[in-house]
Amino acid sequence: MSETRFTKDHEWIKIEGKLGTVGITQFAQSQLGDIVFVEVPAAGKAVKAGGEAAVVESVKAASEVYSPVSGTVKEGNSALPDAPETVNSDPQGAGWFFKIELSDAKELDGLMDQAAYDKYVAELA
Amino acid sequence: MPDTAAENLKSTPLEALHVGLGAKMVPFAGYNMPVQYPLGVLKEHLHTRDQAGLFDVSHMGQAELTGPDVDAALETLVPGDLKGLKPGQIRYTLLLNEAGGIIDDLMVTRPAEVGKENTLYLVVNAACKDGDFAHIAAKLKGRATLARHEDAALLALQGPKAVAVLSKFIPAAALMGFMTSRVDTFEDVTVRLFRSGYTGEDGYEISVPVAAATSVANALLAEPSVQAIGLGARDSLRLEAGLCLYGSDIDTATTPSEAALNWVIGTRRRAEGGFPGAAKILDQIKNGAPKKRVGIKPLGKAPARAHTEIQDGNGQSIGEITSGGFGPSFNGPVAMGYVTSAFAKIGTPVTLIVRGQPHPAEIAALPFVPHRYFKS
Repeated sequence: MSETRFTKDHEWIKIEGKLGTVGITQFAQSQLGDIVFVEVPAAGKAVKAGGEAAVVESVKAASEVYSPVSGTVKEGNSALPDAPETVNSDPQGAGWFFKIELSDAKELDGLMDQAAYDKYVAELA
Repeated sequence: MPDTAAENLKSTPLEALHVGLGAKMVPFAGYNMPVQYPLGVLKEHLHTRDQAGLFDVSHMGQAELTGPDVDAALETLVPGDLKGLKPGQIRYTLLLNEAGGIIDDLMVTRPAEVGKENTLYLVVNAACKDGDFAHIAAKLKGRATLARHEDAALLALQGPKAVAVLSKFIPAAALMGFMTSRVDTFEDVTVRLFRSGYTGEDGYEISVPVAAATSVANALLAEPSVQAIGLGARDSLRLEAGLCLYGSDIDTATTPSEAALNWVIGTRRRAEGGFPGAAKILDQIKNGAPKKRVGIKPLGKAPARAHTEIQDGNGQSIGEITSGGFGPSFNGPVAMGYVTSAFAKIGTPVTLIVRGQPHPAEIAALPFVPHRYFKS
């Protein structure tokens, strides 16, 4: 059984046990536009909740991707640097950025569920 | 991006058209402008190089400068040879301050029409226009009169299909040489055409009365090869073409020599001087400037944006990137910036500090994508 949570900075994290998969949302990719460069973290990197973990760049600008939770990166998506457009075409699937081992599952309580995130995005539009 | 000052933004005559096309609007130089349309920056850029793009550049400043010795008068403020400008010719030049710094870059046209012999037509940058026009009017008081053309919008039609599209409406457009201007009619509307632009492609800029701007734009957009193009692609197109963005690549702290724009200073002006900062600029032309604007090609995939530090192989700072990003036609990261002149030779290896990490790059020839201006 997995569940997905969302940040106010438009990252998603899909939880399976102690492991989370992180990416940016459909809304985020639509705001960024054509993505031309992605930098993902290396395995073993320690990240804090809200800390910079990856980079995504459109033609126009660079943006940071923040980790929704604290923990240790288990894997960066090695397919993304050669195919950054995957983030546009499948942001919540093949366009994932990294997998992380959570150090504190309680941090998830501070994130939004799908319904809360949908409401949050609707209010931004 | 929401903007707290949105209610103070000015509108161009085409604002409703942009919104109707689904543009994402952003504040730029005090105007509410389209940064991209639903097509997106990448495809808008590629479409312009492949077919034709229509840009709203109505925020730029248009004016007529008139006086009995208007050429000599304006030559006191710019280093371009205006006396040598033939009727119907356009020249790219620079407004300079007394220190040789660049106040703005601009296009100066000598109209070909009868009765306009003592007039020059000026097009300046949006963000600078109030300052530029005040400066010109004050400096040339008693010699020339400046009249702003607030009643005119400005469209740019750029790309290899621009000539075929525009000549359907104005057959004579196809006969115009690069950097020439003429007055003609577009479906009964009097327009001033310029065969010029800022994308590196063949194309036109079209000055059209505000009241007719939307109908002219819609007529052009109805052509299958024409797409509306936003400021995002305008920036990536001009960057690939090695063209300066005022306020980023050139400003009052850079001279023409430093900006690699010595070519704007004609032979007669070099011999005679008589423009602001002439002593300094002529010395830099002869003996070299301390820094120089160059193309910079990151060797990896990471784009290096404006204000990225440039270092030599020993970790010494040698300059800064002033414009940088991803070049859709170049299909890789491209940049330009200033380096100490000793490092300005093409092929020189340099290091870019991107998010704290060193990234290899090299000094590269500009433009990154060859210019394809019309040659008659």
